[in-house]
Amino acid sequence: MMSISIGHYLVLSVILFIIGAYGVITRKNLIVILMSLELMLNAANIAFVAFSRQFGDMTGQVFMIMAITVAAAETAVGLAFVVTTYIYHGTLDIDVLKLLKG
Amino acid sequence: MESIAFYVFAALTVAGALLVVSCKNPVSSALALVLTFFSTAVLFILLLAQFIAVIQVLVYAGAIMVLFLFTVMFLNLREEALRFDARNIPIKMGILILILIVSGYFAKVGFKKAFIGAPLSHPEIFGTVQGVGEVLFRDYLLPFELTSILIVVAILGVVAIAKRRLD
Repeated sequence: MMSISIGHYLVLSVILFIIGAYGVITRKNLIVILMSLELMLNAANIAFVAFSRQFGDMTGQVFMIMAITVAAAETAVGLAFVVTTYIYHGTLDIDVLKLLKG
Repeated sequence: MESIAFYVFAALTVAGALLVVSCKNPVSSALALVLTFFSTAVLFILLLAQFIAVIQVLVYAGAIMVLFLFTVMFLNLREEALRFDARNIPIKMGILILILIVSGYFAKVGFKKAFIGAPLSHPEIFGTVQGVGEVLFRDYLLPFELTSILIVVAILGVVAIAKRRLD
């Protein structure tokens, strides 16, 4: 069987990123949109760690730790906004929440 | 053996991601996201990143998913109707996929001869807590400390948002 190269991991990363972007574009629920954002961040993390293995350098893994920190902070703030929005508007449908739409 | 594991867990990762964006119920989406994160952790182990895999399970599949599930159940959401904006999605996704294919082509050109199996900088500690910790605290100490500022700001922001009385 063919051995696994970095290309396999990058293709997987691209597929995950596209699926996440598809979720962000199509879904109407704010929480599911946040989950799709996590998918996209996860795709970036896979690329980081694959390149780290490729070059035999642990810097990519260190950056992945930073990315996880950012993802955790983003999720916490995002979910706080979600809860506040739900209490204020009574819905999480982004077709209803168009206050910032020009 | 390694390639079989890669294909199995890559397929699980993609299947979980597809479930996330296609499930009507947000709780199902959250549980599918857990599947994706666990499969990704296994892929990290295949990439010789044991510490990162543990972090992935602890932070993503543990903390972040608990936060998601708690919020979903706290808000008691109804199942949303899956509506699709059929006109715009093919255009948007087409542009996105085009960009990614072009960038993927350049990545393929750049890494044509490079295969995983390059010599490791420190083979015996690669990806372990010791190895990652040495890089993190020797070369990237300032960025590491700055992330703590980011977390403090995030905590303050969340408290400020959540404490605000809506009247």
